[in-house]
Amino acid sequence: MGVALALPVALLLVLMSLEGVSAGWESGARVTAYLKLDVGVDEARGLLQEIESDSRISEVELVERDQALAEFRISSGLDEALDFLQENPLPHTLLITPEDSARTEAGVEGLVRYIQKMDSVERVQVDLGWLQRLNAITEMLSRAVWALSVLLAAAVVLVIGNTVRLAIENRRDEILVAKLVGGTDSFVRRPFLYTGAWFGLGGGVVAFILLELSLWWLNGPIERLAGLYRSDFSLAGLSFDGAFALIIVAMVLGWLGAWVAVKRHMDDIDPGEIA
Amino acid sequence: MIEFRQVTKRYDSDHTALRQVNFALDRGELAFLTGHSGAGKSTLLKLVMVMERPSAGEVVVGGQLLNRLPRRQIPYIRRHIGVVFQNHQLLFDRTVFDNVAMPLEVTGASPSDIGRRVRAALDKVGLLSKEKMNPMQLSGGEQQRVGIARAVVNKPPLLLADEPTGNLDPELSADIMNLFGQFSQVGVTVLIATHDIALVNEMNRRTLTLDHGRLVAGGSPLMGV
Repeated sequence: MGVALALPVALLLVLMSLEGVSAGWESGARVTAYLKLDVGVDEARGLLQEIESDSRISEVELVERDQALAEFRISSGLDEALDFLQENPLPHTLLITPEDSARTEAGVEGLVRYIQKMDSVERVQVDLGWLQRLNAITEMLSRAVWALSVLLAAAVVLVIGNTVRLAIENRRDEILVAKLVGGTDSFVRRPFLYTGAWFGLGGGVVAFILLELSLWWLNGPIERLAGLYRSDFSLAGLSFDGAFALIIVAMVLGWLGAWVAVKRHMDDIDPGEIA
Repeated sequence: MIEFRQVTKRYDSDHTALRQVNFALDRGELAFLTGHSGAGKSTLLKLVMVMERPSAGEVVVGGQLLNRLPRRQIPYIRRHIGVVFQNHQLLFDRTVFDNVAMPLEVTGASPSDIGRRVRAALDKVGLLSKEKMNPMQLSGGEQQRVGIARAVVNKPPLLLADEPTGNLDPELSADIMNLFGQFSQVGVTVLIATHDIALVNEMNRRTLTLDHGRLVAGGSPLMGV
């Protein structure tokens, strides 16, 4: 049961971590405009000012072609090969950061169209495509996780319901006598509902321990992997509130399972059977 | 205390357990209910305990008409009725004390109150020294007396017994009948279903006799008192 509870919570944690990462990247979404090769530095600076004056733009940076070549030389390690080129093949580049308000999908698209129309711009590139794909994947995953959570919650209810059903069968005589001497239905049900809630509590605690253990187990490798990708991605553990909510939800599920079992099996036990 | 007015109980279309039964029992009265097996003794007791509902007629217990009593109210009626069974229905997973305490526990009585009243009931049936034993360790007669202690522990105004002496030898049976006699003397209405005719004759009390669901003797409240 702890496993059934731990699984969806673990997936949710992974998703939340992923969403955190993509949100961080989205804010860094930038539009890159490559100018035509025959555009000179002065014209490029004029363009920079023109774009900067647009209200949708928060910042524009001009990377001049010489500077770009120098950076490429360092980062690519093609130092000697580049010496063979007769001229610099790289254009001037404008790195454009949109305002927060223009950072929606439609806003960015509008911006791209506006820059694309400029005469001296050769090509506009937006790094949004893969981001949208990641977002789509996380959204799909999150729905899948919710569906899975519902299924597993139902499984928890059934497991506890079955446990309580067995408890009811074991204590059948006691229930009969209690009903016979004037025990109300709620009096007879109460201990079983408590049993269900306690089982839920136990399951929640087990789930929490499993989660913490597997996070601790996974975190080292994940940090190394994220380091290799130069990402600050890390798996967030359960907060205190989250752990508390997990245990409360588990208790409610346990109580619910017990309630179902009690409804289905205990009300059948009628003292008329013995007299 | 108990009143049956033209009570009929039909189980299936072809099986009628009770036919137009009329009788009334007063407070403090002790009566026997006899008849061959299948004559309807158990059905009559079940109607009093609201384990069954009559098909026709009216059942009144303690001034309350039971016919249309809501299900939720049934436990409160049962708290005023003590029942002794032939197979005593004791729980073997707990002590004699805890068995007798059950009717008080369902009412939410305080532990000190429960202790006092359980010991009083056990004292009355002469088993105070065995309160910590498991009912399994007791003899048949003792088990039956534990059952009686449980039935009277919350001082119900009405005591029903279904074949309370069924498995006991005559001497023990007489003991138990004497106990019932004592309860009726303090105002408890006692109705004992039995087919032990010898015992019934010996006690010389009012006797309701059922034959194929019909009350053939003892129906008038004044007869045999």
